[in-house]
Amino acid sequence: MNRQIVKLFGFIVVLFGVLVGFTSYWSVFDAKALKEKEANKRPLLEQQQIRRGRILAADGTVLAKSVAKGKGDSLRFVRRYPEGALYGHPIGYSFVRQGDSEFERFHNDQLIGEESEFGSILDQLLGHNQEGNDIVTNIDPGAQRTALSDLEEAGFGAVVALEPGTGEVKVMASNKPYDPNRVPYEYSKLATNEIETPLLNRATQGLYPPGSTFKVVTAAAGLESGVITPETTIDAPGTIIDEGHELANDFNEDFGPIALDTALTNSVNTWFGQLGQQLGNEKLFETMEKFGFNATPPIDLPEDEVEESGVSSEGDLLTARDPVDLARVAIGQERLLATPLQMAMVASAVANGGKLMKPQIWNRVVDPDGRVTERLDPSQYSQPISAETAAELTTAMEGVVSEGTGTNAAISGVPVAGKTGTAETPGNESCGGGEEENQAWFIGFAPANDPKIAIAASVECTEQFGNDVAAPIFRDVAEAILNGE
Amino acid sequence: MSSARNRELTALVPVALLLTAGFAAVFAQEGSRLDNLSLIYGAYFLAVCVATHLFLRLRLPDADPYLFPLVALLTAFGLVMIYRIDDALARDQANWFVLGLVLFVLTIQFLRDYEVLERYRYTIAVVGLLLLLAPRLPGIGQQVNGAYLGVKIGPLAFQPAEFSKIAIVIFLASYLRENREVLIVGARRVLGVTLPPLKHFGPMLVVWGASMFMLVFIRDLGSSLMFFAAFLALLYVATGRFSFVVIGMAMFTVGAWFFAATVPHVHDRVEVWLHPYPHYEDTGYQILQSIFAQADGGLFGKGFGQGLITIPGTHNALLPAAQTDTIYSLIVNEVGLFGACGVILIYLLIAARGFKIALLASDGFSKLLATGLTAVFSIQAFVIIGGVTRVIPLTGVTLPFISYGGSSIVANFVLLALLLLISDRARREAMQPRGRALSLGES
Repeated sequence: MNRQIVKLFGFIVVLFGVLVGFTSYWSVFDAKALKEKEANKRPLLEQQQIRRGRILAADGTVLAKSVAKGKGDSLRFVRRYPEGALYGHPIGYSFVRQGDSEFERFHNDQLIGEESEFGSILDQLLGHNQEGNDIVTNIDPGAQRTALSDLEEAGFGAVVALEPGTGEVKVMASNKPYDPNRVPYEYSKLATNEIETPLLNRATQGLYPPGSTFKVVTAAAGLESGVITPETTIDAPGTIIDEGHELANDFNEDFGPIALDTALTNSVNTWFGQLGQQLGNEKLFETMEKFGFNATPPIDLPEDEVEESGVSSEGDLLTARDPVDLARVAIGQERLLATPLQMAMVASAVANGGKLMKPQIWNRVVDPDGRVTERLDPSQYSQPISAETAAELTTAMEGVVSEGTGTNAAISGVPVAGKTGTAETPGNESCGGGEEENQAWFIGFAPANDPKIAIAASVECTEQFGNDVAAPIFRDVAEAILNGE
Repeated sequence: MSSARNRELTALVPVALLLTAGFAAVFAQEGSRLDNLSLIYGAYFLAVCVATHLFLRLRLPDADPYLFPLVALLTAFGLVMIYRIDDALARDQANWFVLGLVLFVLTIQFLRDYEVLERYRYTIAVVGLLLLLAPRLPGIGQQVNGAYLGVKIGPLAFQPAEFSKIAIVIFLASYLRENREVLIVGARRVLGVTLPPLKHFGPMLVVWGASMFMLVFIRDLGSSLMFFAAFLALLYVATGRFSFVVIGMAMFTVGAWFFAATVPHVHDRVEVWLHPYPHYEDTGYQILQSIFAQADGGLFGKGFGQGLITIPGTHNALLPAAQTDTIYSLIVNEVGLFGACGVILIYLLIAARGFKIALLASDGFSKLLATGLTAVFSIQAFVIIGGVTRVIPLTGVTLPFISYGGSSIVANFVLLALLLLISDRARREAMQPRGRALSLGES
């Protein structure tokens, strides 16, 4: 019988080997996928036992904090947002049942003090409890407040303000806002509101036709590629025929042969339409992509909560190889859609001598002992245009504010460079389907000779023009930031 | 002669230290203080173990030296885990541990000539079957989670299957010792398959029937699987006919499949095993939480006392039955894959020592009894660990010596006592002729 006993033992060894195999699979190999399962609330419940770090504005205003509830085994921390709806975007929320979003989600590991497995074992041996780190953001509370209250007056829309030299996000406001403190109580109401879409951050997820603000990109491509110089003149009649359809200036105004300055100041469609045709797909798309189009925006927000800007067709973004109506793309129409963040990046790159810095909301991570453990190291995303081209564009954009279509953006005593945009969106369902609805824009920066702030403001569903509703928002927000310093 | 016992004593000291360290870790986690209570618990534990050891030194000087320390290690580990879940449960468990040791001592004291069991094998078999039936009897039976596992007579509640498994293994060992020859010789080949003789097919059908009966009426899939696997293991060792095992497995599979298709309770268990996610809210909750707890453990675990068992702020279970069914998942959660492999290794070492005893034993009954006890013990560990890791459907079997539960602890100490009784005799007999040869060589 001994042979059988040995074989039986061998069989038991195999059985136990299977147990080790399955345990390894669940605990190590498949662990990551299991932790992401919808049904698995354990990771969120565990994070709830850690005092999540605070999120602060640039001046130290507390935007998010954790408060303790219960004691001992039932101790848990619940998130509170003292400023309510003002920072619902872009801070987001973090709750057990509803999950997390935006900044809270992107910076989760730092906020809960997550470390590598070996690091956390060392902590256990030393008896340290996991503690969250605070994150100080770049957000300027005064300017954020100004932006949101202006937006609430103007209509649904968004404002993004970037510091051109560093990419620091000073303002990111979206109307309709929501109060993250209400998320645990009325999540489904917020999530299913398809008219106001309060949970949608319009600054990063609102895709709008950029209209004439895109002419800055077209002009940049023209100058940078050498197709035009600031002195090159193009004849700009009241209308041109493009791909069989008429492309017209406002009031069909005939400008005759004019150069870039005049064309941008008066936002001459026929001039930029022809420039677009001269550029061709390759050159226009190359410049667009260097400005950040056709790519996930390099900002510290979750990838699935930011939209890519570009010429879109049935959800896909077109590239230089696809046939597009170039003249209409050049004036910000066709199927071109851009987020306010994208257009702020365009303004920021021009303001920063042609260098596009990565926009970042966070500034530094502060550990529980008050030490700064990480600090934003501004980094360049790309250089879409040379310093020379940037200077030429700045001159042209100053003309827009001083004597052109964007005079409402002017700030007394401060030179401002900018560009208006008014894209017609007739029949837009989200605007109620009216025929007179526009998407109003203003992008720009100030002071033009030493830019401290670059801003994009965009308002949905308005019957007014960029200069009427968007330019004043730009002015108020820019003033709030410049006066704050 | 007592070198075996010296080894046993030496091994018990680190076990007691481990228990002390374990309690210290739990205290440190709970109150962030290092209490000398852990030292007191450690000292108690060591004292009880040393007392048992002294008894073994007196009564079974030659018995296997590693089994008792290995079992003490599992018990110590279980006590710490249960203490960490609920200190009141750990006090119960500690009392049962002592009661288990008392029965362990009594078994060894009064069953030195364990062959006497062979004489009462039919009585033992009937008692074993009655024990299995008891939970279905009106008045004393208890239903737990849809399965009839418990018996309550006055203040005394226990799970009879734990004791029944020993009775049935004793019967099978004795029956197969007597009939193994005829089973082998009488076997015929039909269509290329070796079949046992028809005359002896009867008792095998009885065991199969009992397993199916448990599946359907006791609704205890785990015990059913455990009993039948132990039976097949014994049948194989006794006859050496692998074909018998194949036939048995086929019979069990066909039966189980049939009942899985027709009996809703069995069907649900299998369905939840194969597709847990659609049943997340109700029947699949336990197995999924068990898997999620393991996923959270990783290689090294979250540390003693760090895992979540209830949803914070509520009394709702996040890991249901953490002290019994899913204790292995909690182990993976808190001490990680490495810790869990350690636990499996201890069970494997116990199995190795148990089969070693069977190899050393000289007579058929001792061999088969040691094999059967070791097999049923190992398979029990497999059934519950396999259940919580989704190798097989999850059932309510206890993890021997670790899970909370008096019946399990006490029954498994009786099982250990029987193994040590066989071991003592086998090792003594094995040593004597070798001792002579050695002295001859020296002269």
